[in-house]
Amino acid sequence: MTRLKPGASMNRRSFLKVSMLASGALVIGCGRVEPTGDASVEPETWVANLYVRIDTDGSVSIVSKNPEAGQGVKTAFPMVVAECLDVDWTSVSVEQAPLDDRYGRQVVGGSRGTPDGWDDLRIAGTAARQLLIAAAAGDWGVPAGECSTKPGVVTHEASGRSARYEGLLEAAARLPVPDVDDLDLKSRPSEFSLLGTFVPGVDNRQIHTGQPLFGCDVRLDGMLYAVFEKCPTFGGRVGDANVEQIRSLPGVTHAFVVEGTDDPRGLQAGIAIVANTWWEANSARRKLRVNWVTEHADSTPDFDRQAKALLEQSGDTLRSDGDVDDALARAAKIVEATYYYPFVSHANMEPQNCTARFDDAGRLEFWAPSQNPKSGRSLVASTLGISEDDIHVNLTRIGGGFGRRLRNDFMVEVAWIAREVGRPVQLQWSREDDMRHDFYRPAGWHRFKAGLDDDGRMVAFDHHFITFGRDGEPVSGADLSPGHYPAGLVPNFRLRQSLIETHVPTGPWRSPGHSAYCWCYQSFFDEVALAAGRDALEFRLDLLSRSYGETQVDRQRVSDTLRLAAEKAGWGKRELGENRGLGIAFHYDHLGYVSHVAEVVADGSSVKVEKVFSAADVGPIINLSGARNQVEGCVVDALSTARLEVTFANGAARQSNFDDYELLRIGQAPEIECHFIQSEHSPTGLGEPPIAPATPAITNAIFGATGTRIRQLPLARSGIFV
Amino acid sequence: MSNVTLRINGQSYTFNAPSDMPLLWALRDKLDLVGTKYSCGVGVCGSCTVLVNGAPMRSCMMPAAGMAGMEITTIEGLDPTGEHAVQRAWNDEDVAQCGYCQAGQILTASALLSRNPDPGDEDIDSAMAGVMCRCGTYPRIRKAIKRAARYASGEGGAS
Repeated sequence: MTRLKPGASMNRRSFLKVSMLASGALVIGCGRVEPTGDASVEPETWVANLYVRIDTDGSVSIVSKNPEAGQGVKTAFPMVVAECLDVDWTSVSVEQAPLDDRYGRQVVGGSRGTPDGWDDLRIAGTAARQLLIAAAAGDWGVPAGECSTKPGVVTHEASGRSARYEGLLEAAARLPVPDVDDLDLKSRPSEFSLLGTFVPGVDNRQIHTGQPLFGCDVRLDGMLYAVFEKCPTFGGRVGDANVEQIRSLPGVTHAFVVEGTDDPRGLQAGIAIVANTWWEANSARRKLRVNWVTEHADSTPDFDRQAKALLEQSGDTLRSDGDVDDALARAAKIVEATYYYPFVSHANMEPQNCTARFDDAGRLEFWAPSQNPKSGRSLVASTLGISEDDIHVNLTRIGGGFGRRLRNDFMVEVAWIAREVGRPVQLQWSREDDMRHDFYRPAGWHRFKAGLDDDGRMVAFDHHFITFGRDGEPVSGADLSPGHYPAGLVPNFRLRQSLIETHVPTGPWRSPGHSAYCWCYQSFFDEVALAAGRDALEFRLDLLSRSYGETQVDRQRVSDTLRLAAEKAGWGKRELGENRGLGIAFHYDHLGYVSHVAEVVADGSSVKVEKVFSAADVGPIINLSGARNQVEGCVVDALSTARLEVTFANGAARQSNFDDYELLRIGQAPEIECHFIQSEHSPTGLGEPPIAPATPAITNAIFGATGTRIRQLPLARSGIFV
Repeated sequence: MSNVTLRINGQSYTFNAPSDMPLLWALRDKLDLVGTKYSCGVGVCGSCTVLVNGAPMRSCMMPAAGMAGMEITTIEGLDPTGEHAVQRAWNDEDVAQCGYCQAGQILTASALLSRNPDPGDEDIDSAMAGVMCRCGTYPRIRKAIKRAARYASGEGGAS
């Protein structure tokens, strides 16, 4: 069994730097030297990725380096510093950092913010507290070990003396910097006072009063507004367009063709229309006439036909343990099923947008709602032929990420347009642009064949995965790790893969891969348990009780979440009555372990998900509110997305707005009860792990309530409506 | 283009705008009142909700030029200090995740409470059905509206 202890296992050396500003403020920088394999790397080469400042009025400010997209990092990170520094939470303020290489990784993605930040945040807070204690102890002539703190104050119990932090800053700055290895870092929930409590978001006041926070809220002197019309068919180029006519329309200042590049993640071909207001730019667009040159004609019916044919072929074997064919031949019982899930869109509430301004010297400044601004800067530099050193990126709050904004097509588009126009430009995609030019979660087909022995144990698992590829490799978000369970949990295991060529742009979508294929596995486990005459929970716990070779899962942690969710839901302990079902599922991804039990009530083909009982182990909880928010959000997202699909015709998406891709409404949302197992592993992220098991918990409950096994999504394809 | 005078958050604004420009874009691009958000542009998602004479309306669907004489309230005008009962409840339940749809949610909730000071779950689901949230804050919206009702009735929360 592999126990992942992120902070401790990442083998990075942390360093501290303490300095004093002219204002008298104490600044603590904490940074790391990434392992280079070069033993000669000196601490002097460290880069700071975190700054904490204590001002002479006792206030504490902390730079939040990662973009905030609703995952709560802007609140959670400063909480860790405040906990270790021992200050009142109300004295802490947060500044959003711009893109700056000194901060290291500045990405919203992979649920990595928490595991990456945990050590540095604690080191910065703890070191500062230790320096302040040492400063007071020196002043009082007592051993530092006899001193302690209460929020914002160093105390010496024996003499009854105390000193506020702000009075100790100058003395603290003169002391030697503590060795990181000597710091006693808090790590257990029993040591925390602020961590683990319910703390509202630091931007709440601004959100509730409508202050400018988001990318589309940026307003600059002389700024113009742009729309960018791209070919509905992916990869299409501009033949000709009536741009002269467009230029003469009211409010329009510029209209021009952008040839674009061959990079499907970069600058696409299209027509830019720039005007004094967005409404005028978009109104002019309705008069735009373009002859597009298209090459591709991908369609959903054609994908379906190809998948059907491929399912009958053998595919490429990615992994084979034991002898699946022999085990299936000798099995007491065989269970077979094929599952299908569709393409889906990220559908961020804030459509893609970005603001750019060139100065007279050719330097470029961005206000970018990007999950991965560094990669955006690099894309812009290479496409426009300018140096990365001449590009500055301000990070705005992001109106929903979910993986869409890991791509930076909107950054390169606005940069190109702003250079052409010679004035600051805000590019605002329409909702239709956003839905037609997403990097979709790819669809997939999974054919499973399981063999059971006489005891109803799964002894063989044959899996054929039909996914999408280009040039023989799965496209982004379409791959499946051969190491993933049930590999390692079944003695005879085989994974085969076949690819359908596509030009549909694809990419990571919240918990990429996991949020799709977990549904297939966990639904099929229910089918297997049923065929074996076993309880769905007992079958899973038994499956997790043995391993065959290396598994990527901590079987104990995941089993504990299963038991807890089941206990809270009263699994096996209550009469459900007619038309009511419970469904259970587990998963682990991005270092997090989550199980859900869903409770569904049915009226014919119409179902209501009444309640979901969730149990998660991501180590100690930092912000109880933020953690619950991610669990609740993931459950709602899972149910919402199980009703949705993006389909294609003539190489273009058929859905274009919320009327044909309608997100869940409030009346359809379940009650959600979250439980956390605060194990002693280092804390890890929650933006992704709760979503994958939520979908199968719901569809398994639908089976319980209706007798309909959901093997195709969206639910309507299986004749079920929410 | 027409000359438009609107009453927004108790103030009078006069500006030139195309006669078909929706209130949403007049607010955002003419008046720099960017708290009102664009998301669908077709009256489906409710992100652009403002109050018109106290009732929640979709500003993406209403030409600004036709709104003279109406009392328009945007999120900036509900209570700029954030002390309205709904704003306080939204903070105390920590409703927002990304926050993008929340102006529409808060204004719609404040209109609900104005006409129904003690709404039940069905009242809430019905009144809030028009405002989508991609992050899934719906369970907290229900709790926050009930909390706001308590603030407004018993604790002097409404300002």
